[in-house]
Amino acid sequence: MSEMRYEAPTTLAAAVVLLSETMGSARVLAGGTDLLIQMRAGRISPELLIDIKGIPEMTSILVENGCYRVGAAVTGMQLIEHEAFAKEWPGVIDGVKLIGSIQVKGRATLGGNLCNASPAADSVPALIAAGAVVSIIGPAGGREVAVETIATGPGRTSLARGEIVTSILLPRRTPYCGDAYLRFTPRTEMDIAVVGAGVSLTLDEQGFCRQARVALGAVAERALLVPEAAAALIGTRVDAAALERLAAAARAASRPIDDKRATREFRLKIAGVMAHRAAEIALERARRRN
Amino acid sequence: MARHQVTATVNGDAVEFLCETGETLLEVLRDELNLTGTKEGCGTGDCGACSVTVDGRLVCSCLVLGVEAEGRSIETIEGMAVGADLHVLQRKFLEHDALQCGICMSGILIASRSLLERNPDPTESEVRFWLAGNLCRCTGYHKIVEAVLDAAREMRGA
Repeated sequence: MSEMRYEAPTTLAAAVVLLSETMGSARVLAGGTDLLIQMRAGRISPELLIDIKGIPEMTSILVENGCYRVGAAVTGMQLIEHEAFAKEWPGVIDGVKLIGSIQVKGRATLGGNLCNASPAADSVPALIAAGAVVSIIGPAGGREVAVETIATGPGRTSLARGEIVTSILLPRRTPYCGDAYLRFTPRTEMDIAVVGAGVSLTLDEQGFCRQARVALGAVAERALLVPEAAAALIGTRVDAAALERLAAAARAASRPIDDKRATREFRLKIAGVMAHRAAEIALERARRRN
Repeated sequence: MARHQVTATVNGDAVEFLCETGETLLEVLRDELNLTGTKEGCGTGDCGACSVTVDGRLVCSCLVLGVEAEGRSIETIEGMAVGADLHVLQRKFLEHDALQCGICMSGILIASRSLLERNPDPTESEVRFWLAGNLCRCTGYHKIVEAVLDAAREMRGA
């Protein structure tokens, strides 16, 4: 521990140099709510911590051509308190609100929730359903990828050595669109998702679903985008039959494990229930938004 | 040795301390600055006993590094009473017997003050949700919630 270095660069370029030039292990420090616990438990002992909170792009919520760009080090509470964002993306806020306590959300960041790569991360299915695009910077320059491609398994990401997630871009909102995230946990607060479901959909003026994205958390090694579940809604009025097909598609796409939180059998059943209920909330929000 | 010299404000006073990278703000407060009112419970951000505010933001000090305090303003339980005058929340906790062993109390008081600064008229449910990250193993929360609601009433002049 005593040998560990700490750097707080103020530019993305400086952060990339630090991350890619460190021969030993370097870790990005955003909110620290996962990193400090892993260090304390002795699971990791990085040589260098790179605190990214001094980099303005990382901590800003910007509107670009009518789209929200959220810096990777924006905290949960910053996002929850941003009333205009919360109105545009209530489903993303549903997910962020479920990340730990007020204290944890005061530190925990959107980029951290994504890059910690827990299959049960609450903001991630909501961001996948939203169609979020992640900006990454690294030694070879910048690139943009769909949010569902970041996590590859528990604690593992598709980021190359020296790469850092800098921001998350959400698409432009249109009339009659709505999103929602729901999870099942034995407790209402301070718990980890047994199953989570994010749904984002857009209706036309006649009330038919024109676009939909459905994502599931905690039912596989990473959060899943489930196009078959979205297809069950598109072209329908999101009626009972469509919702039952959505639930069946959600169950079919799930490949959960048995663990202390729930059995595989229970997770399969609940995946359908959560997707169904999240779609109903998203539908209600879409109808109210014109 | 990566030892950092940090300048910060704690309860309105300028402070300077030395810390290693891995030292938490909680360790700095207790062991370097002798502000032992902030307690360590779990050390993993689950119990809220070490709650403080950093630039007005409620956090667990066990999940903040001391070096991250550079240039920040930190408020701890030691800054809550003004001399012998207890903060309304502290007085109401005594009146309602809202504590037994007391280890969670600093964190709950700091968290409650943070709630009332944002929401002077919270519902019981809002108090319970805001304090969900503060565990008390003695009182069962009812008296704590009552004390916070009563303090809010008095602070509103209601």
